[in-house]
Amino acid sequence: MTTTGSRVLGWSAAVSLALTAWMALVASPADAVQGDAVRLLYLHVPTAWLAMYLSFGVTTLASVLYLWKRTRSQFWDLVAGASAEIGVVFLGLTLVIGSIWGRPIWGVWWTWDARLTSTAVLFVLYLGYLAIRRVPAEPHVRGRRAAIVALAAFVDVPVVHMAVDWWRTLHQEASVLDERRLGDPQITGVMLFTLLLAVLAFTLLYFWLLVHRYRLARVEEEAEARRLEEALVERRAEGVEAVPEVSTT
Amino acid sequence: MFRDAALVAGKDLRIEARSRVATNQVLPFALLVLILFAFALDADRGQLASVAAGMFWVTVLFSGLLAVQRSFAVEAGDDARDALRLSGLDGAGVFLGKAGAVAAQLLALEVVLAAGVIVLYDVDLTGVAFFALVCTLATVGIAASGTVYGAVAAGLRVRETLLPLLVLPVLAPVLLGAARASEAVLGTTSTTMADAWPWVRLLAVFSTIYVAFGIVAFGPLLEES
Repeated sequence: MTTTGSRVLGWSAAVSLALTAWMALVASPADAVQGDAVRLLYLHVPTAWLAMYLSFGVTTLASVLYLWKRTRSQFWDLVAGASAEIGVVFLGLTLVIGSIWGRPIWGVWWTWDARLTSTAVLFVLYLGYLAIRRVPAEPHVRGRRAAIVALAAFVDVPVVHMAVDWWRTLHQEASVLDERRLGDPQITGVMLFTLLLAVLAFTLLYFWLLVHRYRLARVEEEAEARRLEEALVERRAEGVEAVPEVSTT
Repeated sequence: MFRDAALVAGKDLRIEARSRVATNQVLPFALLVLILFAFALDADRGQLASVAAGMFWVTVLFSGLLAVQRSFAVEAGDDARDALRLSGLDGAGVFLGKAGAVAAQLLALEVVLAAGVIVLYDVDLTGVAFFALVCTLATVGIAASGTVYGAVAAGLRVRETLLPLLVLPVLAPVLLGAARASEAVLGTTSTTMADAWPWVRLLAVFSTIYVAFGIVAFGPLLEES
């Protein structure tokens, strides 16, 4: 993407985020049941969407494209890593914001409800993916290793979801909370508009961050290669200097 | 593929039989964990019985990590990994062999551990066949996914700390499924057999997915890194 392109993307993300903030904090009304806590949902829902669907979706897709021989290129490896990093940050935010929202509404910071639990597992799964990416290795070794880990994590997601879902429904404890959460699905008008705007704003933000994180990764790779080359040249020079010393002794 | 698997599994199990690391270190560790849980939960017998199934599977999970680490530690010395690569054995075969050897050790461990739980936590095992089925399915899942991640982490300087971070979240559904299913026949919870069967299916699905994944992915993993 060109610099102009990313600049346009960045500005539209900034403007829509500012508009979202205004809509969420000023223009939209407080909820009849939840009061002002409802405003947190304008952050919670889009960060969750950004992390779980956009970021991890892109990571999975890029990993597949990397592993597929015909489309293999370092581009996909770096995109997968950049996207996962953004995803983990925003999933962390989702959990924190959810927790802050849950305290006044549910009365607890955390509850072992199916969706929360599987989100927490997902968070740790992708932390593992980022950890394996940070292990130094040749780019093609790291790329393949990371792509396989990403896919192994991805196939686990539906199983985790199913397991945790059964776990909670068998116990019948979370249903009250679930009903309470689903008790206000009649979201309309200004609130719905704000939510949709927030989702759009965070989507733009995601792509802007992705472009920049990718560029940074690319530059990091280049810097690494250049440092290595310089170090090699230095060592060779040392060798040349050392030779006369050796010969005199 | 299966002949290769048998060769690799035979090799790994022979190494374990001769070195006795599994019997002299992993097994005592597992029993130690059972005792530690009793300390942590204040050996009030009723309480231990109600959590017996969960404790059993957490212990198996931790021991499984050790078994997987051990399985790749034996390949680390004397460039055995390169030898394995050069041997011309099928990648899928190597995977099945290594996972099979880990599964065999874990199953043996589970027998001892089950006896330990029954004796130490004072619980009854009411359905041996069902429990054996749960153990087999869960163990195949643990061994298969453990072996995939073991290969990923093998040879890295950070492998001891990385492997648990990679494997344990993936195994979350196995722990859930195995613990809930086992509760039906072990311990004092109210879980019925009707509740337990869906979990058995879940374990079967998980094991199938990761065995298939390992068969496909292990060759490339072994090749590079």
